[in-house]
Amino acid sequence: MTDLIQMIVSGIATGSSYALMGLAMVIIYKTSEVPNFAQGEMALISSFFAMMLLTSFNLNVYLAFSLAFLFAAVLGCFLEFAVLRRAKEPNVLGMIVITIGIEMVILGFVSWKFGAEQKTMPFPIDPYDSLFIGDIFLKKLDILTLVSALGLMVVLFVFFRFSKLGLAMKATQQNSVAARIVGVRTNRILMTTWGISSLVGAVAGLLISPTIMHPYMMWDPMLKGFAAAVMGGMTSLPGAVVAAYMLGIIENLFGGYISIEFKTVVAFVIIVAVLCFKPSGLFARHYVKKV
Amino acid sequence: MDMKRDYYEDVRLFSSPAVVFWFVVLLGALYLFPLFAENYYVYVANYIAINIIVATGLNLLVGYTGQISLGHAGFFAIGAYGTIILMAKAGLPFLLALPCAALIAAGFGFFLGLPSLRLEGPYLAIATLGFGLTITQVIGRVELFGGREGLHAPDITIGPWIIDTDKEFYILLITLTIFLLLFMRNLIRTRVGRAFIAIRDADIAASTMGVNILYYKTLAFAVSAFYAGIGGGLYAFVLKFIEPEIFTLMMSIMFLAMVVVGGLGSMMGSIAGATLLCWLDLKLRNILSIPYIGDWLEHLSKNWFSITGVSNIQFIVFGTIMILIMLFEPLGLFGVWIRTKKYWRTWPF
Repeated sequence: MTDLIQMIVSGIATGSSYALMGLAMVIIYKTSEVPNFAQGEMALISSFFAMMLLTSFNLNVYLAFSLAFLFAAVLGCFLEFAVLRRAKEPNVLGMIVITIGIEMVILGFVSWKFGAEQKTMPFPIDPYDSLFIGDIFLKKLDILTLVSALGLMVVLFVFFRFSKLGLAMKATQQNSVAARIVGVRTNRILMTTWGISSLVGAVAGLLISPTIMHPYMMWDPMLKGFAAAVMGGMTSLPGAVVAAYMLGIIENLFGGYISIEFKTVVAFVIIVAVLCFKPSGLFARHYVKKV
Repeated sequence: MDMKRDYYEDVRLFSSPAVVFWFVVLLGALYLFPLFAENYYVYVANYIAINIIVATGLNLLVGYTGQISLGHAGFFAIGAYGTIILMAKAGLPFLLALPCAALIAAGFGFFLGLPSLRLEGPYLAIATLGFGLTITQVIGRVELFGGREGLHAPDITIGPWIIDTDKEFYILLITLTIFLLLFMRNLIRTRVGRAFIAIRDADIAASTMGVNILYYKTLAFAVSAFYAGIGGGLYAFVLKFIEPEIFTLMMSIMFLAMVVVGGLGSMMGSIAGATLLCWLDLKLRNILSIPYIGDWLEHLSKNWFSITGVSNIQFIVFGTIMILIMLFEPLGLFGVWIRTKKYWRTWPF
């Protein structure tokens, strides 16, 4: 029994980092319908930036992290402004290709600058520092990840539902021409979206970096986060978070009871199975295309 | 300029006797190439030819039928492992093992095509991506496939002909490539090809016109997977050794990049894209030995990046090419070619 609870708890912990990446992708997809494959690498370069500030410039941790978040937001805005906005005839494939291109460029620069080997991130919480509740042990870092994932989800949900900017983002997604007519500056909205999303991704990156830190560290969380976002319906924030936790828990239970070797692929099998029955994900309404 | 009067004239294989002439010249040049070239260049040509096969197959799916696949490395791996295992464990001859393995890949393509009937955009991307990753993981963990240690390719024998050098393999490979390209060209200009294009342009309209969407979408996946399987089977013999680490997500991305850079929905484009990216890939691996650019890069790297040299610069170059192509010429290299041709045909106006 303790085993089961332990596995579920670690599943929730893994799920939290997927949830953060999933949230980041959903935010962008919600407003601009771009499946952002560069999300992981945007988070990657932000966390390497934080590491550089900490190790080479000996900055205070809080200052360094704030600067890294700022960097992430600016990077997101810049990419939207300089690359995505310039696309001529945007269709889904074109957007996927552009974001994959961005991803490759960032990956190339990061691995050029920092090398491919494992780095250590001077994070204020030791990644192996843990506490016990009964027989179940919890890493402090995981608790932090969980709290930030849920906190960010609530903040973003409230933001999209009630704030003026959030409503403008929703309007941009639903009908950008009409939104522009009523005075929403859609270009600026899209740029802000990318900034926010990049910031959320950077939170995930910084929380992952104490345990693993090398140029490919974000691939697995990004793909799983994307999978969770798709499973949740690609436009629903709570959907992405719930799906991310489901994936994390199922993955851990599968690894514990059935086969540890196929642990990483089980998420994708679940995805394909879910999509076969609910092609628009679990939590989104299925729109039938009208002729 | 000669006038085209009906549809069949427009889709003819050779539009004029001059084209036939140049085609024969090209064939001759291709077959005579290994007589004059060094071994390394023959190896490069083999590498490029295999990628052309896969890119053409993927183009059928992405460019002509309008689906997305980020899992073609999976089919490629099935082809490679299938061919070697059928030859080594089941004792089939190469010429039988290769199509059998490709048919297995096509079967997987058919099954992956089934969910694609209801999925599109990012949903389809993640489903195919998951498929590619799953195949690599499964292959790496199963005893029969050699696990992490990989498999060695046996020698190819066709009747009395034993193929053990790159040059001999080139002859076999180029024959297969030409055959497959002609087959694809013909497939696209038949009823089946028109059905694919109709599905890409408007699938609901196509189905009202009597195009069986279920049949043609899965067929597109199967044919595309078949080509990737053939490519994989041949690639195993170029490398002589295969392991699961080769068939990564990056490989699927590279295949997609070839199709997109070359130009969606154009066979010439796929050929050009595959050639360009493969050639760049090999060149960029030792970029520091190129005069001027190499020195400059080394200087830049020492001052601003790392002292260990430039690794992974091909990612930067490929990424930039993909972004620029999508931003400025969505039709890819083929679009550039069309525009240049038009410019010179009407020159000096």
